[in-house]
Amino acid sequence: MSEATQGKQPTITPLRVVIALCLFAPFVAMLWVSSYAKAEPLFAGIPFFYWYQMLWVLISTALTMIAYKLWQLDQRARKGGDAR
Amino acid sequence: MKDVTGVNGVALAVFVFFFVAVTVMGFLAARWRKAENENSLDEWGLGGRSFGTWVTWFLLGGDLYTAYTFVAVPAAIYAAGAAGFFAVPYTILVYPLIFTFLPRLWSVSHKHGYVTTSDFVRGRFGSKGLSLAVAVTGILATMPYIALQLVGIQAVLDVMGVGGGETTHWFVKDLPLLIAFGVLAAYTYSSGLRAPALIAFVKDTLIYIVIAVAIIYIPIKLGGFDEIFAKAGEAYAQTNPATGKPRGTLVPGEAGQWTYATLALGSALALFMYPHSITATLSSRSREVIRRNTTILPLYSLMLGLLALLGFMAIAAGIQVKNGQLAIPQLFETMFPDWFAGVAFAAIGIGALVPAAIMSIAAANLFTRNIYKDFIKPDATPAQETKVSKLVSLLVKVGALAFVLTMDKTVAINFQLLGGIWILQTFPALVGGLFTRWFHRWALLAGWAVGMVYGTVAAYGVASPTQKHFGGSSAEIPGIGEIGYIGLTAFVLNVVVTVVLTFVLKALKAPEGIDETSPSDYTADAPARTAKPDTDPQADPKVGAGAH
Repeated sequence: MSEATQGKQPTITPLRVVIALCLFAPFVAMLWVSSYAKAEPLFAGIPFFYWYQMLWVLISTALTMIAYKLWQLDQRARKGGDAR
Repeated sequence: MKDVTGVNGVALAVFVFFFVAVTVMGFLAARWRKAENENSLDEWGLGGRSFGTWVTWFLLGGDLYTAYTFVAVPAAIYAAGAAGFFAVPYTILVYPLIFTFLPRLWSVSHKHGYVTTSDFVRGRFGSKGLSLAVAVTGILATMPYIALQLVGIQAVLDVMGVGGGETTHWFVKDLPLLIAFGVLAAYTYSSGLRAPALIAFVKDTLIYIVIAVAIIYIPIKLGGFDEIFAKAGEAYAQTNPATGKPRGTLVPGEAGQWTYATLALGSALALFMYPHSITATLSSRSREVIRRNTTILPLYSLMLGLLALLGFMAIAAGIQVKNGQLAIPQLFETMFPDWFAGVAFAAIGIGALVPAAIMSIAAANLFTRNIYKDFIKPDATPAQETKVSKLVSLLVKVGALAFVLTMDKTVAINFQLLGGIWILQTFPALVGGLFTRWFHRWALLAGWAVGMVYGTVAAYGVASPTQKHFGGSSAEIPGIGEIGYIGLTAFVLNVVVTVVLTFVLKALKAPEGIDETSPSDYTADAPARTAKPDTDPQADPKVGAGAH
């Protein structure tokens, strides 16, 4: 209950909204299949459909990493007042 | 092309070399980070809950990206094109998803000593019935998965020419497989989770080397990606005599998009419901290890994407196989020099051993904790638990072996398909339970039952040109009319039933059961933590001794 007893911090903070967006974005991008179900433009001979999804592996990795860093920031801020 | 039935001596020698090497490692693993008390399930079944970021990374990677994946994903592309590529968005979605709930599961399991997901469900909802449902689903879903690892090894053995022909005596034909599995069973028995954890290093190193070489070397030999995709496009456009439709497409058409998206989402939701994923997760040392891993595991997804492209290369290289599973091993055999083909085959073969070991451990833990201890012998000591688990891990493997040797391969594939649908039905109890105690235990059980029955019946009704039943994993979604993944439809039904019944049961004041967890358990970290998460004083002596 340490979060509740700290009292002042609300559950939803701008930082946490950003974290949620970072984690949610891949779902929008990947489940919206019609946005990438096409062959053009090619990249090194590979149809768009394939390289775009591979690119999203990298994008989602970056987003998850950002979420992880922000989460650490969030936790540190919350534990700031606590005895270590 | 080389003769398929001839034995490829050089490749076989390389394969055997690696196989012997990992066997030795498997037995030596028992000494790795050895604990004082070996006779506890925490030690044998979870490697002492001591693995750091990199070991966990290799273990999870080795566990999730199995030999069957390596063979089946490019095989699906080879057979039908774009539809098979759903594995990539699927593995993209897994990591943001587990980022949200896996650290909570780790914390509560660490706090209460849970070894399986069913342990958690029982503790959270105070319901042995619900816990049993989760355990049985987990075991049922894992068994065919282990069987498919054998299918992966078989594919490699076949292409190397040691799988035997039609006329070979069955014992001679299956002997290599029997040896491989005998060895696997022996070191899993003696070393527990430490064996696959150590072997996973070899497996993944080999896989990464093979993929890196394949993705550069093969396109050069085939005249570049333009050429590969042009040839693949032509091949897909040809009419399949069995269906009267084109073989496949390079880009999914309007009709295939729902299937593509629902398969990706449903599979992503299901992946970390599998017992073996959770076993690898709970073996890690801290909450941070899990979160950090969600940011480095996608490296495997990239590899999977590249691997999928091999399916196109198999077409462009003119590989003709009746059994799609053989397409990739055959491509390696055709394109690579013999010695490197041996390395590639070793990668696939060892790639089957790691997950098979973890899966059998996970299934054994479920049986021991949630069937044996809960229903047969409640006062079992940790030593007895470990003994039962070891024995069951053997039984599970023998069962899988019998499955593959006596039945047609399609039976294993059908069951694996069903397993994916089934395991997804444990999501509301597990992930729901991690965030809220609002759901009623009986409602969860009813929702699970509805999802299981709907999923099984719907899958039974899917026909394909070659099979009357279990012909695929997608069917029309009732009410929407599009073709979608059956598992996801069943999951939605499951959630609806759970929510509605929870309202009803709460109104009737049905007993809620005792929750042994408290809110702070879900965010708790490893005990005795100092400023730096990596210097856990309790774990340190072990780590120091085992690091060399």
